Amino acid sequence: MSEIIVDGRPLAFIEGQTVAAALVAAGRVAWRTTRIGHRPRGVFCGIGVCFDCLVTIDGAGGQRACLVPARPGMTVTTGEGDDE
Amino acid sequence: MSESADLIVVGAGPAGMAAAVTALAGGLRVILVDSGTAVGGQFWRHPPEHARSAIRTEDLHHKLRDYHALSRALSAGRAKGRLGLRLAHHVWSAVREGDGFAVRAVDRREVPEETAVVLRAPRLLVATGAYDRQLPFPGWDLPGVLTVGGLQALLKGGGVAAGSRVALGGTGPFLLPVAAGLAKRGVEVVAVCEAAHPLAWLRHPGPLLGNPGKWVEGARYAAALARHGIRVRPRTAIVGAEGGDRVTSVRIASLAHDGSPRPGTERRVEVDAVGVGWGFTPQLDLLLPLGCELTGSEDGNAVVAVDDGQRTTVPGLYAAGEACGVGGAPLAVGEGRLAAESVLADSGAAPVLGKKRLARVRATVARQRAFARAMSLAHPIPPAWSSWLTDETVVCRCEEVTAGAVRAACTGSGASDHRQVKQLTRAGMGWCQGRMCGPAVHCLASQERAYVPAERLVATPVTLGALGDFEKYSENR
Repeated sequence: MSEIIVDGRPLAFIEGQTVAAALVAAGRVAWRTTRIGHRPRGVFCGIGVCFDCLVTIDGAGGQRACLVPARPGMTVTTGEGDDE
Repeated sequence: MSESADLIVVGAGPAGMAAAVTALAGGLRVILVDSGTAVGGQFWRHPPEHARSAIRTEDLHHKLRDYHALSRALSAGRAKGRLGLRLAHHVWSAVREGDGFAVRAVDRREVPEETAVVLRAPRLLVATGAYDRQLPFPGWDLPGVLTVGGLQALLKGGGVAAGSRVALGGTGPFLLPVAAGLAKRGVEVVAVCEAAHPLAWLRHPGPLLGNPGKWVEGARYAAALARHGIRVRPRTAIVGAEGGDRVTSVRIASLAHDGSPRPGTERRVEVDAVGVGWGFTPQLDLLLPLGCELTGSEDGNAVVAVDDGQRTTVPGLYAAGEACGVGGAPLAVGEGRLAAESVLADSGAAPVLGKKRLARVRATVARQRAFARAMSLAHPIPPAWSSWLTDETVVCRCEEVTAGAVRAACTGSGASDHRQVKQLTRAGMGWCQGRMCGPAVHCLASQERAYVPAERLVATPVTLGALGDFEKYSENR
């Protein structure tokens, strides 16, 4: 097991999983809120089409968690990445 | 950086793999590009090569023998230096350049870093597949509600089940492998709601009788589902989902002939995840700006018009797989082979498939297409699906446009297609650019014509830094 850092806390993942898969495996299905209705959102399409699963990766916003392979030590910030 | 070859294939799913392998066998130099970290597309989605011993998903797959044969041929092509395999490369535009094509991608292997890549070839083959078609319902934007493809992608690509009590809904045979796969991983599949009725298939006996393989496949799923005690409920639908921070229950209803819920049949089922899908929407982003002609298909989608050799109406541009009409992996593989044969013929190279084998591939493609047509007719979008919506139901997930707003645009302001609704309401203007809500908004505005997605000049987000690099590669020419 390796770890990524999600909002400052370590989260274990299996090498080969995407950031979204790691989050879902840890029981999280929501990790940001929408701009207008502040609705919770997480992974929906799982293949990069819907943009619901946006996170900030190593400081870069607007990343689709379902497309980004998790790497040991990668920092993930949730709750951001929407329309910034 | 830039690279050139005789042929660029975009999309490394069944169609793209088969096309690349055939073109390589014909002696062409090929570049195969895909945004994923492994070849296989969605049908043969796998964890990346290095992770396959840690994440075991082989048992969730079908027709793996074909996948392994194609993978081996691609590896051999790479070893000989004939194949440039570019995984984790996101293509954002394809344009005509001189007599050929320039395909612009960003290399995202070191994500979030992006490097600009320009690929050039006289011929381009687009095999970008399709994604789940969605119809909104109250609560469909609650976390834990996924597309069925999304559930499958997490399972096949990462070995992750999104919930422990899952309900599936929508229409089409794709619900079955997803239910079986989840059950195999210990998930309790509490409901499989199929809006159509199996008897609808009997109206098209020809394609059924001509495809005994599909019978066997169906019987296998039926057996797998029976083993896990999963019942497929015909003519039912998930018409609502409830929860707070995540979905906790769904409402299931029996459907009348037109797809409206039968009064008094609604009941609640507790769940912690949901998968929904209503067939598929072809991914036409690269093809539309190139100007190739489209044609309607029985499932309500516009698809790329191709001749019997998979040539589009744009010289040098070929298409294979779901972009030409959704029909599954064996059809995609056949179309990929035919497309590559055309590329070889048009390049003046010798054919790879002998006459007999070519005839067999053509026969397979024809048979599978007939089956796909029958499938579309047996699993239509229920005409009265919009009766599930309340005025508050979110239709456009990105811009949070409600069904009430879309209806007002149609009835009040006279919008008659999804583009006009977009101008009036912002539905389809957000991050996904209408990929999720487009088909549904189209249905709400007008069901007569086939759904033609909006033309998007940038197919995937790209950073300004990478755009600057593209400028450099263009000027150097």
